[in-house]
Amino acid sequence: MATVIVNGKEIEIGDDERLNGIQVARRAGVDVPHYCWHPGLSVVASCRMCLVETGRRDPATGEISMMPKVVPGCQTPATDNTVFVTDSDKVKAARAMVEEDLLIRHPIDCPICDKAGECALQDYHFKHGREERRADLKPFTSRRRPMGDTVTLFVDRCVMCTRCVRFTREITGTAELMVINRGSHEEIDIFPGYPLDNKMSGNVVDLCPVGALGDKDFLYSQRVWFMKSHDGVCAGCSTGCSIKIEENQDRIYRLKPRENRHVNQWWMCDEGRYGFKYVHNAERQIQPTVFTAEGATAVEWPEAQSHLHNLLKNSPKLAVVVSPFLTVEEAFMLCKLAKQADPDSILALGPVPQSGQDESFANGFTIRAEKCPNRRGVEKVIGHFAGQTTSFEDFVANTDCSSLDAVWVTGGYPQDWMTTDQATKLSAAGQLIVQDIFTSPAWEVASVRLPGVAFAEREGSYVNASDRLQSFEWAIRPPAGAMMEGRLYWNLLGEMGMYDAQRIRQMVAREIAFFAPAAGEIPAEGVDLRINQFAQTNSEVTA
Amino acid sequence: MAEFEPVLLANINRPNSFTRKEYEATGGYQSWKKVLSMDRNDVIDIVKSSNLRGRGGAGFPTGLKWTFLPKDHPGPIYFCLNADESEPGTFNNRILMEQDPHQVLEGLMISSYATRTSTAYIYLRYEYPGCNKRLQDAIDECYAAGYLGDNIQGSGYSLNIYIHQGAAAYICGEETGLIESIEGKRAWPRIKPPFPAIEGVFRKPTVVNNVETVACVKHILDRGADWFKSMGVPADPNNPRDAGSYGPKLYCLSGHVEKPGCYEAPLGLTARQLIEDFGGGCWKGRSVKAVIPGGISMGLLGPDELDCPLDFAGPGKYGCLGLGTAAAVVIDDQTSIVDFLHNSARFFAHESCGQCTPCREGTSWALKMLNRIKAGRGRLKDLDLLAEIGDTIGIIPGTTICGLSDGAAWPIKNAIKKFRGEFEHYIKRTNPDGYMVTDPVPVFETTAH
Repeated sequence: MATVIVNGKEIEIGDDERLNGIQVARRAGVDVPHYCWHPGLSVVASCRMCLVETGRRDPATGEISMMPKVVPGCQTPATDNTVFVTDSDKVKAARAMVEEDLLIRHPIDCPICDKAGECALQDYHFKHGREERRADLKPFTSRRRPMGDTVTLFVDRCVMCTRCVRFTREITGTAELMVINRGSHEEIDIFPGYPLDNKMSGNVVDLCPVGALGDKDFLYSQRVWFMKSHDGVCAGCSTGCSIKIEENQDRIYRLKPRENRHVNQWWMCDEGRYGFKYVHNAERQIQPTVFTAEGATAVEWPEAQSHLHNLLKNSPKLAVVVSPFLTVEEAFMLCKLAKQADPDSILALGPVPQSGQDESFANGFTIRAEKCPNRRGVEKVIGHFAGQTTSFEDFVANTDCSSLDAVWVTGGYPQDWMTTDQATKLSAAGQLIVQDIFTSPAWEVASVRLPGVAFAEREGSYVNASDRLQSFEWAIRPPAGAMMEGRLYWNLLGEMGMYDAQRIRQMVAREIAFFAPAAGEIPAEGVDLRINQFAQTNSEVTA
Repeated sequence: MAEFEPVLLANINRPNSFTRKEYEATGGYQSWKKVLSMDRNDVIDIVKSSNLRGRGGAGFPTGLKWTFLPKDHPGPIYFCLNADESEPGTFNNRILMEQDPHQVLEGLMISSYATRTSTAYIYLRYEYPGCNKRLQDAIDECYAAGYLGDNIQGSGYSLNIYIHQGAAAYICGEETGLIESIEGKRAWPRIKPPFPAIEGVFRKPTVVNNVETVACVKHILDRGADWFKSMGVPADPNNPRDAGSYGPKLYCLSGHVEKPGCYEAPLGLTARQLIEDFGGGCWKGRSVKAVIPGGISMGLLGPDELDCPLDFAGPGKYGCLGLGTAAAVVIDDQTSIVDFLHNSARFFAHESCGQCTPCREGTSWALKMLNRIKAGRGRLKDLDLLAEIGDTIGIIPGTTICGLSDGAAWPIKNAIKKFRGEFEHYIKRTNPDGYMVTDPVPVFETTAH
């Protein structure tokens, strides 16, 4: 163990930990302001906001000798007996100087800046800046220019931390952004004709500590202090990035990546970031409907539930298609329902959408070709109940639906997910129950239509492609008329009270060995389900 | 003084001094041939015992720098010759490269041999096309004569020298900025450590030395370390960090003197001696108001500080940054120090690379304030702000990555400190109504109700 002293407080760090001054101060509960340093990017130590005093303690005598000058915390490694002082007058003066310098040419247009409220320049100025402005200069020119289809640059707001430049060089490797000019005329720019158009471009907006890089999608749509942030998991592909869903009054305004070293580091792809729009699509289905010989009847949910209850009771032969968009808990309850109604019921995995190839970036961030969040989880649940997993295609091809009393199909796909032929085959069953968010060929021929919910409206757990289970709560309420699948199954199972995904997850963890590590509290970065899998399915783990 | 024989400038006035033939006629390349059979460590030991300190500005002991290279490094080691001579007032490298390029090349070859380098880059500033031609011709002659290339003179040692022209940026004179520039990147100085001796050009160990430094190496090998140590100022025994100032130095004298030029003299000459003995005194019978001791970034010596010895330790004792490039610029008593500082601030605001916030913003802020003072809208409080900028930027307070921002700070600091009265007088004279205004933001009067 190495001991580091931060502001007189001793901090123990592991021998193999390589921390810098900022990180070690954070452990001591001290926030060192910084702009250019980012844990996912190289260190340039150019903003000079993280200036601290440092020194060494003599391990024998305990005597501390300090360096005469300030040093950047981001560049100073914390080793045994390193001393950091972050609250001396010298440090305060240095921070005030940097903050004052950065504001000399800054337009201070916070009232019309999207970043206001979550801006490092603003926050640090309130905390570390000077009260009065001594530079009575005409500061700015208010120029704005596009960097690409997703990002726009407000030139004068930039503090030249170069995080965005380093991101495009080190993470995506596309290097679209660069610094032009010199000295106080420096600007971020692109090479003419080569816009910022990589698949991760939106991240530069998150990286920007000030309001210089604006997200064209989010620009001027909402003040950040009006939005509430909810931890969620992206449903765009089977990477399952940890995200923050930011909404106001049940409308999502933007998604942001949430740090998770095991899944997405600090990033997310543009596809996921801007892919939430379907949640607010006006085409969303919101009317539960029951079709009988007399025709269509629009029903309320209690009626729909009793109808389903009777229907399941009177369906000795049943098949269920479990969508990979359902959570583990929902899949578990649906399979349980099916097995209660018909112990020999057929359980099939819903279609798994594929698009292109897996694409990996530096640090191991991957955009997967599998465009659904929970294939692994649903597969394991079905495997538990049915012994083996049947794919949707096999199910449709090999099953004579006319021999079945009922088929229950779950959807939730943002894109088209089945063909008219498949729907026709399914409709041969006595009853076709379809739970989906948009119309589909199956929805058209269904005898019971149940509007479901989209990803931000769900609650439960997803298992990503590398068997990491992440739990999340709903961020927004579904449109009136749609009901979370989990709530419906909960009610049909006769459970009392409000739908409690956590209770179901604990039940799943008890019943299915694969999910055993998920029995306790799920931390923000999720749980690796492979932890105790080696004894059972070694071959699967290595594959 | 009388017994001193110039060595670095000995041949520059000979006709065709830049050709190999003429150079060899004066004993050139003898050391190179001799060195090729010597042990590398012996060469380094000779340079070390001569106490040669870098001539580029910082005065770091050259032999010591060479020993920082990793021992038994398997891959390539690079040598960068810093010929990006862009400090205002400095032109000694230019004279060496234009008039006696073989002297520089021989020094470079010996230094490369000593540091086990087989590739050397000459980082030449863009503004020296004459040097470029002379150096390239000299290199071609050396290849033709077998002094460069593979297996030189059958010694088994190979050396290639390339000229890399910069694109005219002051920052490329900073050694890690130079390295980035050679790599084809924006010349933003790197954070240290690692120092170039461990990780430099293309992430390989690298030595960066000044043109005049390697020229001195040649003469040390010619004449021995004792000859070199017979000149200059010995180390101050009371200061363990003082390495002494030995050897000849090229002083560039410019500004308001009768005979400006590049003069060679042993280190330790005082500013007065340089101006009086070499420069023929201040021009037009005027008196000296200020002297820049070694390039504009070193600050200013006042009229009562002319006895400052121009060695590595001297200017520091008079509040200047150091000896720098020993380029003395003389300012006469009819020149406004406000104009001087404005010109200096304009240079540094233009040349700040813009990487570190304090230098990028501080230099341009200082320029804007000086613009305003010159325009007759200065206020006395601006002087305090200027002094504060001068005190807070640079690696000495620790607020920037490279030392060039100290160079930007020192003229401001010295000028305000040593000539404050003149600034105050100027501001009061040009802004008689507003010089005492203290409120930074103009106050708009509202109608009383």
